[in-house]
Amino acid sequence: MSIDFPHRQSAHCESGVTANLLSYHGQRISEALAFGIGGGLFFGYFPFVRINRLPLITFRSAPGAIFKKCVRRLGARVRSQTFASPREASAALDRALAAGIPQGLQTGVYWLPYFPPALRFHFNAHNLVAYGRDGEDYLLSDPVFEEPVRCPRGDLERARFAKGALAPKGRMYAIESFAPDGDLAKAVRQGIREVCNRMVRAPIPLIGVRGVRLLASRLERWPERLGREQAVLHLGHLIRMQEEIGTGGGGFRFIYAAFLQEAAAILGNPDLSGLAEELTETGDLWRQFALLAARNCKGREGANSTFSALAEQLRDCARREEQIFRALLKVV
Amino acid sequence: MKIKEVPQDAALLDQHREVTYAVDEQGRYVLAPSAGWDPANLANLQAWQLIAAQMREALKQVQSGQASPLLFHMQHHQMDVALLASYVGLYRWQVRRHLRPGPWKRLPEALRGRYAQLFGLAPEALDDLPKEILLPVALADEEGRT
Repeated sequence: MSIDFPHRQSAHCESGVTANLLSYHGQRISEALAFGIGGGLFFGYFPFVRINRLPLITFRSAPGAIFKKCVRRLGARVRSQTFASPREASAALDRALAAGIPQGLQTGVYWLPYFPPALRFHFNAHNLVAYGRDGEDYLLSDPVFEEPVRCPRGDLERARFAKGALAPKGRMYAIESFAPDGDLAKAVRQGIREVCNRMVRAPIPLIGVRGVRLLASRLERWPERLGREQAVLHLGHLIRMQEEIGTGGGGFRFIYAAFLQEAAAILGNPDLSGLAEELTETGDLWRQFALLAARNCKGREGANSTFSALAEQLRDCARREEQIFRALLKVV
Repeated sequence: MKIKEVPQDAALLDQHREVTYAVDEQGRYVLAPSAGWDPANLANLQAWQLIAAQMREALKQVQSGQASPLLFHMQHHQMDVALLASYVGLYRWQVRRHLRPGPWKRLPEALRGRYAQLFGLAPEALDDLPKEILLPVALADEEGRT
């Protein structure tokens, strides 16, 4: 059995799942729009939270937030469940698919057999859509893949019950009811306001542009505090969080700029197009930062890739983004 | 990022293409496929280097009788004691005990079976360790460039 599901490849899993599920239910929106309405852009530096002994640095909001906020802001009702056992989880998925409702699933990446082996790490906040079953194989629309994929039941159960940080506990979610005449402009405004508040009005110095500045001053002292070897590991970790698959490049700045372009048309406000362009420039700056940071990691640093030069670039990003998001607040 | 600048540095993804956001000649955002980007590839390889080093160290400790083969499997699957314990439903101190050669040899069948199932191996195969470390990525030599 299989549902006719519109698979579209996307840059980021959660916004991709959100856009594809909404499109299936009659609200055809792009991934970028789903990302923006869901308030996906974020910056957080939490040096006291450790992942594999490295600090938590995130460019996106908490897992699950994009879907929940985007769908709610568009006026749809969501049903989300977790399960105590893989058997129960599979039974519920089978029932939902038999009833013809595609289901979003949170999974770990490590156990998914169709993932490129080089990317199989213990990361538990991956999202995909199950839209059918063929014998013991599930038919999946995994939005970071070009085409739909298949996954045997046993592997999918493992992935749905991956353990560790952000364990999915079989989480399955779907759009329950949807009247696709929600106020798109209002939803767009809500999404933008949320991101702006986080980026420039955060009450704690770990979040938004203040978080970027904090990271810059910490990064500057990594070599003396941690030693060269650890400092390079920290730098590599930062590049991964910013650029590895799932961010659409530049720590989500480009996807957000794409969203602002669409928002300009929806809200009929050309100022947003200008801000989209500026944000594209800071995305390029972030990428330039990654390029130079990588050079530093390889031990081939020049004057522009020392730790203090890199910190200076982060401060430049923070300064420009502060202006952008303050201007954005005034527009909406 | 312009479409022409979308990086195509294939290294890790095989046939896989990720999509990224880039602007076309009219300045409009479009989705463009990318085969990978060197700085991101480098950061990824760095993570694999760390895993490889941990596996190598584990292999050495098992061979010299300081640790049980479980240590190798744990590192091979990128786990620490806490993660492994939650996968097999044991306490951390139990897993830590099983990392010692003595207790590992006396491990009850049922527990051995749990580890074997997690790692996708036959219970008797848990004691066979590879001679060399195999990784899904090609790492250059320690001193060479990647």
